[in-house]
Amino acid sequence: MTPFTTLTAIAAPLPEANVDTDKIIPSRFLKTTQRSGLGRYAFDAMRYHPDGSERPDFVLNRAPYRAAEILIAHENFGCGSSREHAPWALLDFGIRCVIAPSFADIFHNNCFKNGILPIRLPREICDRLMQDASAGANSRLVVDLERQIVVRPDGEEIAFEVDALRRRLLLEGLDDIGQTLRHAEAIDRFEAGRPAWMQGTTL
Amino acid sequence: MPTLFDKIWDAHVVDRLEDGTAILYIDRHLIHEVTSPQAFEGLRVAGRRLRRPQATFAVVDHNVPTTDRAVPIEEPESRHQIETLERNVAEFGVPYFPLRSPEQGIVHIVGPEQGLSLPGMTIVCGDSHTSTHGALGALAFGIGTSEVEHVMATQTLLQKPALNMRVSVEGVVAPGVAAKDVMLAIIGRIGTAGGTGHVIEFAGSAIRGLDMAGRMTICNMSIEAGARAGLVAPDDITFDYVRGRPFAPKGEAFDQAVAYWRTLVSDADARFDRVVELDAADIAPLVTWGTSPEDVVAITARVPDPAEAADEAKRVQMQRMLDYMGLVPGQRLSQVPVDAVFIGSCTNGRIEDMRAAASVLKGRRVAAGVRAMVVPGSGLVKAQAEQEGLDRIFLDAGFEWREAGCSMCLGMNPDKLSPGQRCASTSNRNFEGRQGPGGRTHLLSPAMAAAAAVTGRLTDVRELIR
Repeated sequence: MTPFTTLTAIAAPLPEANVDTDKIIPSRFLKTTQRSGLGRYAFDAMRYHPDGSERPDFVLNRAPYRAAEILIAHENFGCGSSREHAPWALLDFGIRCVIAPSFADIFHNNCFKNGILPIRLPREICDRLMQDASAGANSRLVVDLERQIVVRPDGEEIAFEVDALRRRLLLEGLDDIGQTLRHAEAIDRFEAGRPAWMQGTTL
Repeated sequence: MPTLFDKIWDAHVVDRLEDGTAILYIDRHLIHEVTSPQAFEGLRVAGRRLRRPQATFAVVDHNVPTTDRAVPIEEPESRHQIETLERNVAEFGVPYFPLRSPEQGIVHIVGPEQGLSLPGMTIVCGDSHTSTHGALGALAFGIGTSEVEHVMATQTLLQKPALNMRVSVEGVVAPGVAAKDVMLAIIGRIGTAGGTGHVIEFAGSAIRGLDMAGRMTICNMSIEAGARAGLVAPDDITFDYVRGRPFAPKGEAFDQAVAYWRTLVSDADARFDRVVELDAADIAPLVTWGTSPEDVVAITARVPDPAEAADEAKRVQMQRMLDYMGLVPGQRLSQVPVDAVFIGSCTNGRIEDMRAAASVLKGRRVAAGVRAMVVPGSGLVKAQAEQEGLDRIFLDAGFEWREAGCSMCLGMNPDKLSPGQRCASTSNRNFEGRQGPGGRTHLLSPAMAAAAAVTGRLTDVRELIR
């Protein structure tokens, strides 16, 4: 996983609530057996006409935002299906950070596993950042995970909260399976104490 | 003092990391073809093994055609994904119901049906509707593929405890009102983000009075209320359901298990972070009008008017939904014509759902121009329905009677809506394009879906069962 430290990037405004993971990547693109290459399907129905041509009015089809690495949205971003293809598609498109007033739990969790930083900020701050983002290429935001701040183009610093463990894993780009396997003995002990009736799936 | 969720949680904490994050033990890991291939690949690349293949169980459901199983799968990508799963379960030694086995079906139907899902367990699957299994009194939730790989490698997950919410539904529902209506009413009340960060315990006499199928419908859609999981305290209805299922404990082990399961209730003085109460008598047969499951109204109501929205952003969003759905404000829902009817999914694909739909359809015909299909949730549900003669009722009415799978709930297999087509659907999500690009979905109960098939429009089922 690529570590996330500081990101200075163009932010794309997506002023919608309840952006679900079917919208981020429709189910017909989930037939892959790999993680890579899903960026071209990100936001498929919003981004393309049924004939495959681009919808020029969609934010990620407009000049500066094709290079956006930050997405700013409204409440409950990433609701619906647990598909990790959603963060994979965002990452493959180039998005490393999503800022919204709230996120659905599974999506929020899936972001951290893929080096994407989801930041929760109050709606009025998101609206201000959305305004900044609307100014396009001249209006980059800085996301500093080490200091836990978002820096607006005018220099204002906005603090955000992030779970300490997740922050460390992101900063170091660490795989959390390795982290858990350090507790293998505790898992062995716990497992040995499970009641017999909880055990198997073989008849 | 502890809630049901707290008790199951505490019983599964293996260890804690320095910041208090729990290493939570996972008793049962269910896998399917769509969200597992990258996880198996991850194990392979890292040279890791699957820690407990015998705690894991695999099915194919999302991609499978629901037509004749003797015919090879036509769609090359779907075939590849299914073959990949078959290679992976063989290589890693995971028990598996192949496509052509009589027990094949939707993972959330198969788990409870086989006794793979039991009270008091932690159950995960790379699918958000894993919350279904909470109906047994288990802590069951959906995870992403990275976590699928984590469970495969460690039989645990790194988790922070959830907040506790109790949703109580008291009283008796009116005739024609199903578990689906109760859950849509709950989602309509608290919203699709209402349960974020919480595990919901469903309680109250209306929930206690439900059979296991109804409880599964309720818990299934916990995710549509934004919750991490939903659960119902296990009771005699639960134990009677579990008894005798293939993978359930037998004999003395079953009695030991029941003795433990009886302790799985929230204490009388348990503290909930949020409590929501509904009166069952207030709930009518419901139907969604928009593209989020919270956009729900009684079938007797009219399409809401964006002009009455709370704020400008909401107004714009409502108008967009109505444009997508091809509806106008003030239109009666009961006058909205449908092109398709879908009965099935992990929400409503059980035998009880088949019976509810068939009881409305008996002696009636599907309206001209409506394509109606039933997709049983598993091969065993299908066989049971055929034994009861329900297949004849569906076929005589003009329904398609298909093989088990996720089908038109998510449009990964060929069962899809065409752009602009409108569907009365017993599934769980009415998102844009969910049932096929441009497709329009109205969520409702199996009986309501059957009623819509008969009249060719969204219909109050109470008019047909008087």
